[in-house]
Amino acid sequence: MFLFRKPKQREVEPEVEETWEWPLGEPTVEPAAEASAVERAAVEPTAEPSAVEPSAQPVAPAVPEPDETPGDLSEGLQKSRGGFMSRLRGLLKSGPAAADWDSVEEMLIAGDVGGALAGEVVERARARKDAPSAEAAVREELAALLIPSDPRWRPVPAAPDQPAVLLMVGVNGTGKTTTIGKLAHRYRAEGSTVLLAAADTFRAAAIDQLRIWSDRSGCQFVSHVPGADPAAVVYDAIDAAVARHVDIVIADTAGRLHTKSNLMDELAKMRRVIDRRLPGAAPEVLFVLDATTGQNGLAQARVFHETVGLTGIVLTKLDSTAKGGIVFAIEDALHVPVRFVGVGEKLGDLLPFDPAAFVSALFA
Amino acid sequence: MFDALSERLRKTLGALTGRGRVSEADVDAAMREVRLALLEADVNFKVVKDFVARVRQRSTGAEILESLTAGQQVVKIVNEELVALLSAGDRTFHMTGNPSVVVLVGLQGSGKTTSAAKLARLMVKQGRRPIMVAADPYRPAAADQLQTLGKSLDVPVFRAATGTTVLAIAQGGLEAARKQVRDTVIIDTAGRLTVDEPLMKEIADLTAAIKPAETLLVVDAMTGQEAVHVAEAFAAAVPVTGLVLTKIDGDARGGAALSISAVTGLPVKFLGTGEKTDALEPFHPDRLAGRILGMGDVLTLIERAQETYDEKQTARMTEKLRKNSFTLEDMLEQMEQVQKMGPMGQLMEMIPGMGGMAKQAQAAVDRGDLKRVQAIIRSMTPQERRDPNVLNGSRRRRIAQGSGTRLQDVNQVVKQFTELQKMMKQMSGGRFPRRIPGMFGQG
Repeated sequence: MFLFRKPKQREVEPEVEETWEWPLGEPTVEPAAEASAVERAAVEPTAEPSAVEPSAQPVAPAVPEPDETPGDLSEGLQKSRGGFMSRLRGLLKSGPAAADWDSVEEMLIAGDVGGALAGEVVERARARKDAPSAEAAVREELAALLIPSDPRWRPVPAAPDQPAVLLMVGVNGTGKTTTIGKLAHRYRAEGSTVLLAAADTFRAAAIDQLRIWSDRSGCQFVSHVPGADPAAVVYDAIDAAVARHVDIVIADTAGRLHTKSNLMDELAKMRRVIDRRLPGAAPEVLFVLDATTGQNGLAQARVFHETVGLTGIVLTKLDSTAKGGIVFAIEDALHVPVRFVGVGEKLGDLLPFDPAAFVSALFA
Repeated sequence: MFDALSERLRKTLGALTGRGRVSEADVDAAMREVRLALLEADVNFKVVKDFVARVRQRSTGAEILESLTAGQQVVKIVNEELVALLSAGDRTFHMTGNPSVVVLVGLQGSGKTTSAAKLARLMVKQGRRPIMVAADPYRPAAADQLQTLGKSLDVPVFRAATGTTVLAIAQGGLEAARKQVRDTVIIDTAGRLTVDEPLMKEIADLTAAIKPAETLLVVDAMTGQEAVHVAEAFAAAVPVTGLVLTKIDGDARGGAALSISAVTGLPVKFLGTGEKTDALEPFHPDRLAGRILGMGDVLTLIERAQETYDEKQTARMTEKLRKNSFTLEDMLEQMEQVQKMGPMGQLMEMIPGMGGMAKQAQAAVDRGDLKRVQAIIRSMTPQERRDPNVLNGSRRRRIAQGSGTRLQDVNQVVKQFTELQKMMKQMSGGRFPRRIPGMFGQG
């Protein structure tokens, strides 16, 4: 296997032109390394490790052994070839030690990236020969998973005489209503007229809560009685917005667990009502996700995406100690960008998503 | 989706049973599966590390390695260790003092207000006279929410004018309880982040002043790795006596509860199992362990069945099955019984290996499939119900019209019933059917 590996090791670093567009801005990152991160984002994630180790066993473990010790060759030989090669590479090139990789992997898991994805990311970073340090390599791999979002992003109407529509969805207690309050404030401050639709007709006092936010930022407000059909509220809200030439309609919806199919059907109906009332409007559907959510976040996002077609994510409660690492798995699987992060309870505490800062926070 | 751990272990270790012996490397592979499964269930990674080490130690024992069913043995050890961790602390709900005071604390959106209402309902059911106190002056309309819930339960809610301090609200609540002769005070506090020092001090002062019998930390079952830090921070600020694990009716595995119990020793006292105010259940460690492992929750199912079925009915049904005289009428009765037991999806989830069918079953209920089947049977004459063979075209058309369904729906019900009958014949003959006919197929 040495004969087979030798040419690979001497192989020249592929030089790819710098095509990175959104700020990655990590000072420790070399340009060549950035380029390969772009490359990596373009190919199948699983294709990468096997390209480096062509004869890797098909059942090579995705997760490195936690009790590996660097440099113990005789023991290493008995273990999987991948582990052996990277340890050897560590010896030859004095790259990051196995303990470094393990601690980086633990940081990812502690940040809710997930055991499987953390293992994959570290494995991928490990396969790189140019890693200046374990953390830097992993940072790049993580950044490559995120989908860029323009910080100036805002919802746009399909036609000049139509309102732009934002539908806010998510499970219970993620902060949908509060996020709407903040979004309304933001768009009002930018000079837009905003109408809030109280389509959470289920939770006790949800309508009152939204009305208070509406008053605070000077929005128009459409509501029905508690228990009314939420789709009817959305329909009326769009009607009112068209008649009054409002710029943006933001619809609040009741929190619902993704496992309750009748409630998911109700949500699908709201989406259909928007499409029927404003054909071709392509509403923005923002999935509100609590940063403290663990691995279940992916299952949630998947079902909501299947039901109403998510166009963006708002990651709330990022001012807590939670890191929101489940976002990596969601973006990797669904290719829906994070638009905003919620960082507090005040009206101004909603910021455009900054991928570099987000990745850095995992290692803080 | 997440494969049940037992399934994954069977794959890892099961193939080796022929050799009759499991090597060290096989145990390593199995432990990797255990580790990934626990991480997937949001168990804290440090807890996972200790846990896996302990399971490995027990699994490498000689009798395990030479066992023919090593996979099952490892699952058993994992299960035992999970139950041991989840059994931490005293799970009794203490109602001492007059009035007896319960304070609910937690992060924003964990479900404190809903849990307060559920607890109030439970207290009423136990013959107590609760009052709820809205001590959340921050979230807009939080007090309104509690008041609406209180109204629906016929439980009074104490609230104060805006600007009142939280401590003053709580004391006002205690005062109101004495005046209205209420023996239980449930205080709903605002959601707060553990890093918010002024707010953490606020509840610390609150509990120090009113000395509640129970201070429950409300934790969302979907919480990730942070659960441990959150619990530690709250336990450091206030004398937390236990947890309420909410939103367990989703498909989150609830590993957060395991992490918290393992690290802080706090017991889970209640589970929130739905949006309605009656959806609060006592906690059973073995059942959550089964859920984390993806092994189903047969015990809860049996318990619910016992609550719903009486012995006579069961005996009568067994007799019918034995004599193979199961009719459409019996099927209707069975469906009504099962529906009394609770949401179909939840029921299915409790049966090992049926987790996948749970969604299908719930979808069938949500679509109204069961209702439709019931309507069809109810539109039949007693003779038709006893003997579906008399159902000719004209009768079927009449039934379709009577039940507001289509002819093909009626045909399908009849077909499903005949298949079910066949299956039961096989079962009573001692043979087990290859497959269960598509009871939840799209109608």
